Amino acid sequence: MGSKHTTFRDDQLDEYQDCTFFTSKEILRLHGRFRDLAPNIVPMDYTNNPDITLPSSVITAMPELKENPFRHSIVEAFSEDGKGNLSFNDFVDMFSVLSEMAPLDLKIIYAFKIYDFNRDGFLCEKDVEETVHRLTGEELRPEERRLVSQRVMEEADLDGDWKLSLIDFENMISKAPDFISTFHVRI
Amino acid sequence: MDAVDAVFCPNRSGAVSNPLLDQLPSYQSLLYRRKSSGSNSTKRRSISRGRYGSTSSHSGSGRGASLRTEERPMPARSVPDHRLARELPLSLEEKRRYKEQRLQQHGELSGWAQWRLSSRHYLKRLKEESVEALSALQLWRADIHLIEGMFGTGILSYFSFLRFLVLLNFVMFLLMFSFVMLPIITATHTTSVNSTFANGGGGECSVYPPRDRQGLVNFHQHIIDLLSGTGFLEQTYLFYGYYKVENIHFLSFSYNLPLAYLLCTITYLLLSLLWIVKRSATGFKRKLVQDEERFQSFCNKVFAGWDFCITNENAARLKHSSLLYELKTDLEEERIRQKMAERSRKEKCRIYSLRIALNLFVVAVLVCCFYCIYSATIFSQQKQAQCQKCYFIVELIIEYLPSIVITLANFITPIIFSIIISFEDYSPAFEIRFTLMRCVFMRLASIGVLLFSLWSQITCGEVCPCGYNHKVYPCWETHVGQEMYKLMMFDLLIIASVTVFVEFPRKILVNHCNCGLVKWWGQQEFAIPQNVLEIVYGQTICWIGTFYCPLMPAINTIKYFLVFYIKKVTLVNNCRPASRPFRASSSTFFFLAVLLIGLALAAVPVVVSIAQIHSSRACGPFVNFTTSWEVVPRTVSQLPQGLMAFLYTLSSEAFAVSFFVITWARPVLFGPDDQNIHLFLAYGLAMFYVIALAGAHKRVINQLREQLAMEGRDKRFLIQKLCQAQADLSAHSSRSRSGLSYRGNQKSSTSGVYVVRPLVQYETQA
Repeated sequence: MGSKHTTFRDDQLDEYQDCTFFTSKEILRLHGRFRDLAPNIVPMDYTNNPDITLPSSVITAMPELKENPFRHSIVEAFSEDGKGNLSFNDFVDMFSVLSEMAPLDLKIIYAFKIYDFNRDGFLCEKDVEETVHRLTGEELRPEERRLVSQRVMEEADLDGDWKLSLIDFENMISKAPDFISTFHVRI
Repeated sequence: MDAVDAVFCPNRSGAVSNPLLDQLPSYQSLLYRRKSSGSNSTKRRSISRGRYGSTSSHSGSGRGASLRTEERPMPARSVPDHRLARELPLSLEEKRRYKEQRLQQHGELSGWAQWRLSSRHYLKRLKEESVEALSALQLWRADIHLIEGMFGTGILSYFSFLRFLVLLNFVMFLLMFSFVMLPIITATHTTSVNSTFANGGGGECSVYPPRDRQGLVNFHQHIIDLLSGTGFLEQTYLFYGYYKVENIHFLSFSYNLPLAYLLCTITYLLLSLLWIVKRSATGFKRKLVQDEERFQSFCNKVFAGWDFCITNENAARLKHSSLLYELKTDLEEERIRQKMAERSRKEKCRIYSLRIALNLFVVAVLVCCFYCIYSATIFSQQKQAQCQKCYFIVELIIEYLPSIVITLANFITPIIFSIIISFEDYSPAFEIRFTLMRCVFMRLASIGVLLFSLWSQITCGEVCPCGYNHKVYPCWETHVGQEMYKLMMFDLLIIASVTVFVEFPRKILVNHCNCGLVKWWGQQEFAIPQNVLEIVYGQTICWIGTFYCPLMPAINTIKYFLVFYIKKVTLVNNCRPASRPFRASSSTFFFLAVLLIGLALAAVPVVVSIAQIHSSRACGPFVNFTTSWEVVPRTVSQLPQGLMAFLYTLSSEAFAVSFFVITWARPVLFGPDDQNIHLFLAYGLAMFYVIALAGAHKRVINQLREQLAMEGRDKRFLIQKLCQAQADLSAHSSRSRSGLSYRGNQKSSTSGVYVVRPLVQYETQA
């Protein structure tokens, strides 16, 4: 085709640049990736902000996410309805927070949401056990998992209620220098 | 009570039962910091409920609720704290709305403030795009990206370390080239510029018989010359001996080449030191913070262990198993620590005596290796002179004998060390570190032993008319340069041949052969520590050798360039990720620490030979000086009086930072006693270490100071509450008599603290 397809208006691109950590070139590339996931559903032209969401199963099949043991939780944390259906805005938002330019405190807030599997606002022992389970599969015995989870609580729980609030989590992550380099997805 | 986020509710049931805790200043400031600016609490509640897909009955679809919330006009009080929209934990539409609100606010500002804001915005955008453009120019960006995706951040740090070394070597080459080689090249090719050549004043010391091969030269002798730097390579820009120029007379000034040569040497050492320290500054600060890791090792592995960059299925599988291994090791380490604490005295005695015996054995092994290197060097030196009619292969082996022995020693000793350490009964983490330390020591000390044995050959014992052994080594610097050149060449050869002849066949065997032995051997692991030691070893050789072989940084750049591709190919095709993972943050610090040790070790021989050993009379730029260092005092004494006085005062002023300038500069610049120069580098290193330490501590101090201030405010608040409670209690008892009510400001009789109007109504039962 000879004519130039406009995906976004200039002011839309501007807004994206201000609200995410991506440049306009990267936004257009992300749109291409989003479209590739479901070319029949996602339109090329986004100038009038169509309200299209893709289901979680499609997003978690992306190569950047498919090997991640937390992929379902990640997608759910960024979705509006909490069930994992992402619109393009959520999609861009997700990768913006996971990019290497996002600051640490923003990543911490979302990491807390991702690791909070039962969505109660705290990382309780069950959440930590589930995290360890997803990281190691069936190789660790359940009592070993419980032991690890107990150690985590001992190390990070400051107020003694045997669960990690956001403050505890933030305090703990600020002492974990690897976090900012591992909590990062390249797209 | 303002019911904020469920997150901040400290109580399980969700109801706020501890109002006092929520009023603490430290808690309030934490809340304030987290509050997205420009939103009031209602809006925040609905947003946060929406995000959490919540517990309340309000939100069906969380974001729908926030959309339906009416836009409240922003109260004048809640001025946004100028956070960027994109750093807020809101959904994209909310960020857009926040941005519009801010723009609205900015519309109310004056034209000047608006222009300032928009220009700042534009500059920020420009900076981001230029950073992106520059990073696209980075060397090997695509390759490293690929490696990171397949193997994670640990191995990535090795390759970015290698890239750093390539750049460092290139800069060193540019330095030497522009200040030493370029003047000579322009002098030889331009007629208007002429140079004064130095002569050693005649005598037997300045006889330098040409070592070129005469007559018909076989092809294989050319190969030997290429590989050992002898023959046709000896009298080229490659080696020190060729730079026999004293002054280059340009049209308007005269260029003192010996001084330039010496200053370049010192500069490249200092430049490497500064660059490494700067690069390790971030790693060091993190290391200090990470020393708390022994109190937080499980948390780090659980929450920061999985590398989100991994896209490859194999790499993911292996990351899972490496995390598993780490967690199991940690659990076991705890168990072992408990066991160690319960050791009886008899057991402790046994273990300590075993450790002492094994350490003595290690020392014996090291001494034996060093002796082998020493005797191999002596043997090689003696035979080189005699071996004119040897066979090609025999001659090559004799030339390379020290390198071969060093490589063999460095291959065998790590295996011995890892066997020994299993008997010493340390904790697993300490085992790894201790073995590594021993290997580092072995690698770097073997170069030192080689240089020492060369030095023992070059300096003569009793009768020494020229100050060095001029009969065997008329130009000893070139000879040392040749030895370093040989070491470097051999290192490259070994890396290439091990890859081709060991790693590829291993992969083929493991893939196609099913016998038990092969399966036990297993697929190659990319052992990061050993590879890092290899390249640090090469870099140390380069630092030592550049003084004697000015083109060595260029050769080293090419060598590391090739090593990058060799390692990448072997990694991608033959290796599986190490089962013992190497953490990115501590590994960067480890690499740079080992590199610094290498630099320190390289500086010692260079400094000793500049300051102590007589420079040869037959070749090189320092023929007219006793030692290479002497050019500096001589130049200083020829300076104009004012400049000399300035330097004198400079060296005698007590600069706050450099106490050592007093101790070394005056005698060194103006006197013959130059023993102190090697102290200078030691002091310099110590100074930089202390400065880096200070920087890291400063950050910790700031954090603690903030915390302390917070605690103080909390304490004051609690005291106020206490006083107020006391006052209310006494009011209650006297109210029944006098009916006074205590409200407003009151001075407490006990502590002199002003009791403020209570934020919580303290219910008193009448």
